[in-house]
Amino acid sequence: MAGDHIIDLKHVSKRFGDKVVLDDINLYIRKGEFVTLLGPSGCGKTTTLRLISGFLAPDEGEILLNGKDISGIPPYKRPFNTVFQRYALFPHLDVYDNIAFGLKLQKVPEDEIDKRVGRVLKLVSMSDYEDRDVESLSGGQQQRVAIARALVNQPEILLLDEPLAALDLKMRKDMQIELKEMHRKLGITFIYVTHDQEEALTLSDTIVVMNEGKIQQIGTPTDIYNEPVNCFVADFIGESNILKGRMLRDRRVAFIKHEFDCVDEGFGEDVPVDVVVRPEDIYFTTDPAKCQFKATVNSCIFKGVHYEMWVDTDTGYELMIQDYDPYEVGTEVMLYIDPDDIQVMHKERTRNVFDGKMVDETHVEMIGGVFECLPQPGLSGGENVKVEATFEAVDLLDHQEDGVVAGEVHFLLYKGDHYHLTILTDEGYHLWVDTNDIWDKGDLVGVNIAAADLKITKCDEA
Amino acid sequence: MKKFLAKAYIYILLVLLYAPLIFIAVFSFTESKVLGNWTGFSTRLYANLFTGNMQGSSSLLSAVENTLLIALISALVSMLLGTIAAVGIYNLRNRTRQAVTFLNNIPMINPDVITGVSLFLLFVFLHISQGYTTVILAHISFGTPYVVLSVLPKLAQMNPNIYEAALDLGATPSQAFWKVLVPQLRPGMISGFILAFTMSLDDFAVTFFTRGTIGLDTLSTYIYTDARKGGLTPELRPLMTLIFLIILVLLLVINLRSARTKTPNRAR
Repeated sequence: MAGDHIIDLKHVSKRFGDKVVLDDINLYIRKGEFVTLLGPSGCGKTTTLRLISGFLAPDEGEILLNGKDISGIPPYKRPFNTVFQRYALFPHLDVYDNIAFGLKLQKVPEDEIDKRVGRVLKLVSMSDYEDRDVESLSGGQQQRVAIARALVNQPEILLLDEPLAALDLKMRKDMQIELKEMHRKLGITFIYVTHDQEEALTLSDTIVVMNEGKIQQIGTPTDIYNEPVNCFVADFIGESNILKGRMLRDRRVAFIKHEFDCVDEGFGEDVPVDVVVRPEDIYFTTDPAKCQFKATVNSCIFKGVHYEMWVDTDTGYELMIQDYDPYEVGTEVMLYIDPDDIQVMHKERTRNVFDGKMVDETHVEMIGGVFECLPQPGLSGGENVKVEATFEAVDLLDHQEDGVVAGEVHFLLYKGDHYHLTILTDEGYHLWVDTNDIWDKGDLVGVNIAAADLKITKCDEA
Repeated sequence: MKKFLAKAYIYILLVLLYAPLIFIAVFSFTESKVLGNWTGFSTRLYANLFTGNMQGSSSLLSAVENTLLIALISALVSMLLGTIAAVGIYNLRNRTRQAVTFLNNIPMINPDVITGVSLFLLFVFLHISQGYTTVILAHISFGTPYVVLSVLPKLAQMNPNIYEAALDLGATPSQAFWKVLVPQLRPGMISGFILAFTMSLDDFAVTFFTRGTIGLDTLSTYIYTDARKGGLTPELRPLMTLIFLIILVLLLVINLRSARTKTPNRAR
C-alpha cells in the first residue's frame, strides 16, 4: 500500500435488511485529492460517505485512515467534517455560534475562536454576516455557512454530501468554482458525493462511478469521459452513441455495418463488443476521400453553444451528432470518425443465463416463474439446469399479469437501431432485452419467453 | 332574522358554558355563607383567604400547597420522560412508530376513574403504601403522554441531519442532545409541561383513588370532602375564581406560543 493513502476501503459491504447497498467496495483516496463519488440515486454513494463519516458501520470489510482501522471510532472523534445536503445548520444559533459550535466543544480560547471564525467567514465571503439569524439567509448563503462550519475545525478530510443539490443552476456553477478554489487553497482532501456528472467532471481529480452498490470505474474526469469501461458509465457520463459492434482484429472494428480503424488492441478476432462514440466526435466532411459513411439529417436543434442533430445512416442506424454548424433537415451528409475517438468496450454479457430447475419434461422453473419449454428428453423433474435465452428472445408485455413473471424497466440504452433494456423482476432477478419497441424507465412489464427460444443444458454437478 | 338567530345561538351557548363560572366569580364578592344569597358587595372572603382568618384555613392551605407541588413535580418528570420517549418513538420504523403513538394516545382518552382504580389496584398489588409518592407517580403516568404528543411534531419539523451535524462537529451524543436537540424541542417541551401541569391541577378521580388513607388532600379532594360536610366553605369561592383565572392565563400563553412558533415557518 502506498504511503499517501489517507482513506482505504477494503472489501466493504453494507446491507439494509435484505437489500445489499454496497457490495465489496475497494477504494483508496490519496491525501489532498478531490474525489467524487458519482452515480444515480440508490447507487450507494451516500452510504459510502456515511461509512467514512462513521454514521454507519460496515457489515463486512474495513475502513482505514492513514493505514489504521477506524471502525471502532465514533463519528465525533473522527477528524472529518461534513457538509450536509440540506445544510443542517442549527436554527437556534446565529451564524457565528453555528460556526463556533465545534471550537467551543473543544474549549478553544475565546479570542482564538474569534480569529478562526473570522478567517473562514472570509474564505466563504460571508464576513459581515456573523450576527445574522441563519434562517434569514438564502440557500446559497446557508450553504456557505455550512461549509465554513465544517472547515473551521481544520478537518483532515472534508466530506460533502450533494452540497449544491438545493441551489439553482447559476448559483451552483458559482459555488463549484469557489469549492475548487477552496480545495486548492486549503490542500486538504475533499470527498464529494453527487449525481450530477457535469459537477463531477468540473470539480474532481478522481471520479468514482458507482451503480447498484458496485464501483463501475475509477479514473480522472478525462479517463472516465473518453474511455468508459462499460455501457453504464458511457451512458451516465455525458451524451453518447452506444452501439453494438464486432472487433474484427486489432485496431479494426465494425459497427453500424461499416468498418472503422480504431486504436484498441487485445480483444481477439471477430469478438462481439460495445462501441461508444461521443456525439462531438463524429465529423462532417465535404471530401469524398475522407468520408467513411453517408447519412441523412432528420432533426437539428440549437442547444446554445452547439447544434444537436440526429442523422439516419445509409445502413439504417440513428446517431447523435453535435457540431457548431447546423445542417438542414433532409440534407445528405458525409461523415467520418477519428480512430482515437472510437472507444471499444468488452460486452458485459451476450445473452441471458439463468439457473433453473425442471418441473417436468416441458416446464422449467426459473427467475420466480414456470416457463414452458420444448420437450427435454434426458431431463426429469427436479433436476437443476442452466437456461439460456438471447436478448431478442425475451418478450415484454404491457400488462404485468400477462407475463410469466412481472417486472419493471430498470435501465435502458438506445443502441442506434434498437433499445437494450435491463428488466428487474419483482422477485429481484435481472434480465436483458433487445427490442425495437419504446419503453420508459419504470414501466411495469410482463415477461415471457417462447418455448423454442429457451436453450436448456444440464447443470454440471457441483 | 335568520342572522339574528344564528348569532343568538352562539351567545346562548357561551352563556350556558360560562354561567357557572360567572356565578361563582360574582358570589365570591359577597359574604353570605349560603351560596346564592347576595348580602352586599364585599372583598372579605378574598381578605380571609389571604390572611388565613377562616375556619379550616390551615388544611385548605396545605391542600393548595400539595396540589401545586404535585403538579410541579409530576409535570417536570413527565416533561423529561415524555421528551426522551418522543425522541425514541420518532426514531422507530414507520409501522412500529404508528403503533406506539397509538398506544400513547390511549391513556389520554381513557376515563380518569378507570385510570384511578387500575392504578389503585396496581399499587395494592405491589404493596406500595399509598400517599404522596403514589399520587405523584399516578400524575406522571397520565401527564407523560401529553408531553410525547406535543414534542413529536417538533421532531418531525426538525431537519433530521442536525443531530448528526452536531456529532460530526465533535459533540458526544449527550452533548448533541442537550445543545442541539433540546433547544429545537423546547417549545414542544414547554407546551407539554403546561398541559401536564394543568391536567394534574385539574385531577380528582386519579388522586382520590391513589392518595391512600393518610389524609393527603389536594384542592379537588379537599373541596369534595368539604362540600359533603354540610356546605362549601365560603372562602372557596374566591379561591376557585382565582384558579380559573390562572388556568385561563396559562391557556392563553400556550395558544399565543403556538401561534408565534407557526409564523416563522410560514415565512420560510
